[in-house]
Amino acid sequence: MKQQSIASERRSKTILSVVLAAICVVYVLPVFAVVLNSFKINTFVKTDTFAMPRGEMWAGFDNFVKGMTFGNYPFIKSVLYSVLITVLSTFLILLFTSMAAWYIARVNSVFCRTIYYLCVFSMVVPFQMVMFTLSKTADKLRFNTPWTIPVVYLGFGAGLAIFMFVGFVKSIPVEIEEAAAIDGCGPIRTFFSVVLPMLKPTLISVGILEIMWVWNDYLLPVLVLDINEYRTIPIHIQYLKGSYGTVDLGATMALILLSIIPVIVFYLMCQKYIIKGVAAGAVKG
Amino acid sequence: MSKKISGGNSTRRQTRKWSWLFMGPVVAAFAIGFVWPFIQGIYLSFCKFRLIRDAQFIGFGNYLTALQDQTFRSAFWYTAGFAIVSLVLINVLAFAVAYALTQGIRGSNLYRTVFFMPNLIGGIVLGYIWSMIFDGILHRYGTSIVENQTWGFWGLVILVCWQQIGYMMIIYIAGLQAVPEELHEAAKIDGASKWQTLFKVTIPNVMPSITICTFLSLTNGFKLFDQNLALTGGMPIVIQPDGSSVKTTEMLALNIYSTFYNSNAKYPGVAQAKAVLFFILVAGLGLAQLAYTRKREVQQ
Repeated sequence: MKQQSIASERRSKTILSVVLAAICVVYVLPVFAVVLNSFKINTFVKTDTFAMPRGEMWAGFDNFVKGMTFGNYPFIKSVLYSVLITVLSTFLILLFTSMAAWYIARVNSVFCRTIYYLCVFSMVVPFQMVMFTLSKTADKLRFNTPWTIPVVYLGFGAGLAIFMFVGFVKSIPVEIEEAAAIDGCGPIRTFFSVVLPMLKPTLISVGILEIMWVWNDYLLPVLVLDINEYRTIPIHIQYLKGSYGTVDLGATMALILLSIIPVIVFYLMCQKYIIKGVAAGAVKG
Repeated sequence: MSKKISGGNSTRRQTRKWSWLFMGPVVAAFAIGFVWPFIQGIYLSFCKFRLIRDAQFIGFGNYLTALQDQTFRSAFWYTAGFAIVSLVLINVLAFAVAYALTQGIRGSNLYRTVFFMPNLIGGIVLGYIWSMIFDGILHRYGTSIVENQTWGFWGLVILVCWQQIGYMMIIYIAGLQAVPEELHEAAKIDGASKWQTLFKVTIPNVMPSITICTFLSLTNGFKLFDQNLALTGGMPIVIQPDGSSVKTTEMLALNIYSTFYNSNAKYPGVAQAKAVLFFILVAGLGLAQLAYTRKREVQQ
């Protein structure tokens, strides 16, 4: 009896494994299709989407070379702007929201609580609600360049970050900071050399959420930046279509491949943190 | 807590002297990036204007226009239908995958890595990847994803399933792993079948995860923008009997965007009114989630 049930359990596990492996293959197919078509001559992308790029279809690296200047804008420039905006925004958000969150959690005045509840409230506000007025305000105050747009990200993204940091600071015993104060640390020194190191897990979680958000964001930069001058990768990909009316699908796929390779490498390198960070951000409700 | 200790009070007073440093940057940026645009947005939804500085208060006129707008109504029903279909599919599939992955199968980690991967790719890029794939298939039948509303709908459903199943799966795995092993063993000893255990023991115990994922996928469905823009952009267009045109795969967020920014967009006030209605809808869903989760927590 028992052996039989063990055997049947083993069999059902094998079936499950096979099914999951099959789903896995289906899951990577779209990415695989991008790879195939980035080496294919444009006219064949639509007619032979799922064929190997062989013989007359083979384009070599032409699509990549062409893609570099495709859409009247150098691709490398949009990569640099994307990196600049993502790094600066994430840095600003991590630094300033962790400082504010610590202050909110420890001082806990009426003003602090007001800001905190406003932050929580901002998490349920969809971007469409503020996009028109936000882009006008950002324009007027000159936050419309890649060097200044991080301030806008700090403002609109503060909600989730403050919420997560405050939650974590409240779980740290205040006695540690009091001990530091007794040892003669001022608030600034206490924060930077005592509190900040303890915040590391949340810094990583929030950092990953912000990186993923800013890197992939399309609507905010397209409305705030002058897109003839500054484009991020998503803007660049979106405007490949509008540039001449016709589309070079081969070159588009080459650029899409180039833009997802760093994302996948980043994911494989810090997978553990990414999954943890995303799970932490999901429970915000 | 720190109130009891006098030392705590004096450090707090010390900290307060530095409020400008700790709070200043965030408060300033938050005012520019959220508070002011939000307040101004509410105000402008009651105004008629081309430029913000010559806005004229007109009361609820914009809201009436918005509610009578065919394109807005059609976008609402399309979005609601999409949100519900994708909600069911995503959650059923994500739960099934999560359940399978917690059965101690070899290679679970690899599968988890693969299923989560599409989450990191942005909506615009995802849209173009899938439009290439769908057009590659539909080309053989002489059509395209932008020529048929039904294809557009299911195409978008497949896209968001591919993107979000991995995300919900992570939340379900965490929920499933938190169910105490003893409960399963007790059910086994009592002679419960596998299905009975699943429906009577496992699912009731992961209810919090199910609530989170349900509302998350519902609000995600309502807020969807990038994928919608990149996959079909609202195409195909259907001309109504009265001569107006409706984009048949346009969702709410995209409809608001085109009301604001299309070349023939004359009434930003109406667009802002739509945005306020959209905000009330999405925030309402969020608050309902909060209330529901709270209630369940009390019960447990």
